[in-house]
Amino acid sequence: MDARSARDRKGGNAEVIPLPLAAPPGVATADVLASDLGCFPTTDQYFNLVRSFKDEDFEMCVDLCAVDYLEHLDRPLPEGVNGTRFEVVVNLLSLSKKLRVRIRVQAGDEEPRVDSLFVLYPGTEAMEREAFDLYGVLFSNHPDMTRILMPEDWEGHPLRKDYAVGKVPVQFKEAPGPR
Amino acid sequence: MSDPTVRVAERVDLLAAETSEGAQGLQPRSRTSKDELGREVGAVLRQSGLTLDPNDVDYERRDDETMIINMGPAHPSTHGVLRLMLELDGEFVLRTKPVIGYLHTGMEKTGEVLSYVQGGTNVTRMDYVSPIANELGYCMAVEKLLAIEVPERAIWIRMMMAELNRVASHLLWMATNGMDLGATTMMIYGFRERELILAFFEKTAGLRMNLNYVRPGGVAADLPDGWEDDVLVICDTIYERTFEYDELLTGQPIFRNRMIGVAPITAEEALALSLTGPLLRSTGVAWDLRRSMPYLAYDQVDFDVIVGTYGDNFDRYAIRLNEIRESVRIVRQCLEKMPSGDYRSQDPKVTPPPRARIDESMEALIHHFKLFTEGFHVPVGEVYSAIESPRGELGCYLVSDGGPKPYRLHVRGPSFVNLQAVPLLMRGGLLSDAITVISSVDPIMGEVDR
Repeated sequence: MDARSARDRKGGNAEVIPLPLAAPPGVATADVLASDLGCFPTTDQYFNLVRSFKDEDFEMCVDLCAVDYLEHLDRPLPEGVNGTRFEVVVNLLSLSKKLRVRIRVQAGDEEPRVDSLFVLYPGTEAMEREAFDLYGVLFSNHPDMTRILMPEDWEGHPLRKDYAVGKVPVQFKEAPGPR
Repeated sequence: MSDPTVRVAERVDLLAAETSEGAQGLQPRSRTSKDELGREVGAVLRQSGLTLDPNDVDYERRDDETMIINMGPAHPSTHGVLRLMLELDGEFVLRTKPVIGYLHTGMEKTGEVLSYVQGGTNVTRMDYVSPIANELGYCMAVEKLLAIEVPERAIWIRMMMAELNRVASHLLWMATNGMDLGATTMMIYGFRERELILAFFEKTAGLRMNLNYVRPGGVAADLPDGWEDDVLVICDTIYERTFEYDELLTGQPIFRNRMIGVAPITAEEALALSLTGPLLRSTGVAWDLRRSMPYLAYDQVDFDVIVGTYGDNFDRYAIRLNEIRESVRIVRQCLEKMPSGDYRSQDPKVTPPPRARIDESMEALIHHFKLFTEGFHVPVGEVYSAIESPRGELGCYLVSDGGPKPYRLHVRGPSFVNLQAVPLLMRGGLLSDAITVISSVDPIMGEVDR
């Protein structure tokens, strides 16, 4: 069973929300999601797309996180969207329309970088810092791009898929460590 | 003295380096640009032309007039290991910066190596004051991907437990908030009433906290015999005692003076900062996911969404107190309407075979073994599922690659986002009110740091 049939069984979002009129042209959308409208802008379209949603009464950016698709670089995506290793996922919420919309932007492979949403939604400040801290996604024009959860001098970005789950031997001093 | 690396009083910078985390912390004014200063006091919200006066940023002030102090991470009234760096002018707070991460244990990473069956034990430890809400958010996301139906009774059990948990969480908040203000009686009372609910949780799930009671497909166990009486006693006792709190706190002049008008926030600011829960409702925005985007069976029960007007500490207090009453109201309706039937889905994909079948059938034994070692496979997809936890919108973003473990588990912790309001709420206030501000935001550090 794939995600599509799962959605059909649940009924999903019956009416698909049209993109805002002011949205940048050529933004890919898809209903391959288990819920909500999904948009797949490029990094260039990303900021303007979010702004057009904000103008259409999406008052709140509820969630922003990154995903590392290292093991699934060939994952199914709508036509015309080139999947990259890192993806930034933004969930916008409209309180007046009671709607959610999800924006998945392909952030890049080696040095993922997208525009910061800080000037549109100041509430994304901590969330973007978290995505930077744990995945190394850079947010242009973010006012304070420092680590938030890990210590300042930490090396690497721990939630990346090539960052191993560490083990610390604690029980016996003499026992060889697992690494 | 000649060695530049020896930490002596003459080398203040080296001493500072030992106690400071550098870029994560609050910098002295001499090293802060005007834009940065404005951002730190929340003036960025003004870009939409709404709240703060652009010229309100006091950039000219010199460093030697102010003092930067650390509050926490081991301060008892920071509700855990929250560290705040405060810039003070005498008793007044000029700037605040929360420094978090002291309780970061990589739970999102841990979630990627645990199967969906085990995942509940992981997420339940995030917001340790309202574990049921965490489990519910996680399980609803898994169920959405699996597209399985949850039996009616399980839905109502979940709803009842979630509401009891909300009461327990708000009672704990009332207790600690009272404690922060010096009302130690409330501290004792809050914990006393919470005990009733935790005892019921223990009777039902076997544990008082971190229950892992809500599982994908239903709940772990049916309600115990005689649960109606227990729940009725809880409802009657707590409802009655909320009026004692009214006498103890709501009308008490000292308490009112400490709460009314302290740390106000407007609806525009709250929306811009993505605040949810009592913080958002205190500004008059009637946004409660239980009402606005109903899940479980919240559309079949009767309750009011409590909103405030001024967005100050007292509103947030009043909202939480009244939400206890509303939750009790919902629990009473659950008591009346609790349907009979299965407490978990009979879909063999997620539910192990009954104990008796394991004794007589080899296949059942294998099935049971596979379910608890390998776990069940979840179809490819990604989903965001949100519920209203006692602190606000608790979202769970789950990416599945078809395997028995989540490919990515992200939890949108309401405390994490709500903490961003602290610098704005504290600005210009008294240091003694700073403690009330932390309390009224109600951050649970396990959820902030995850």
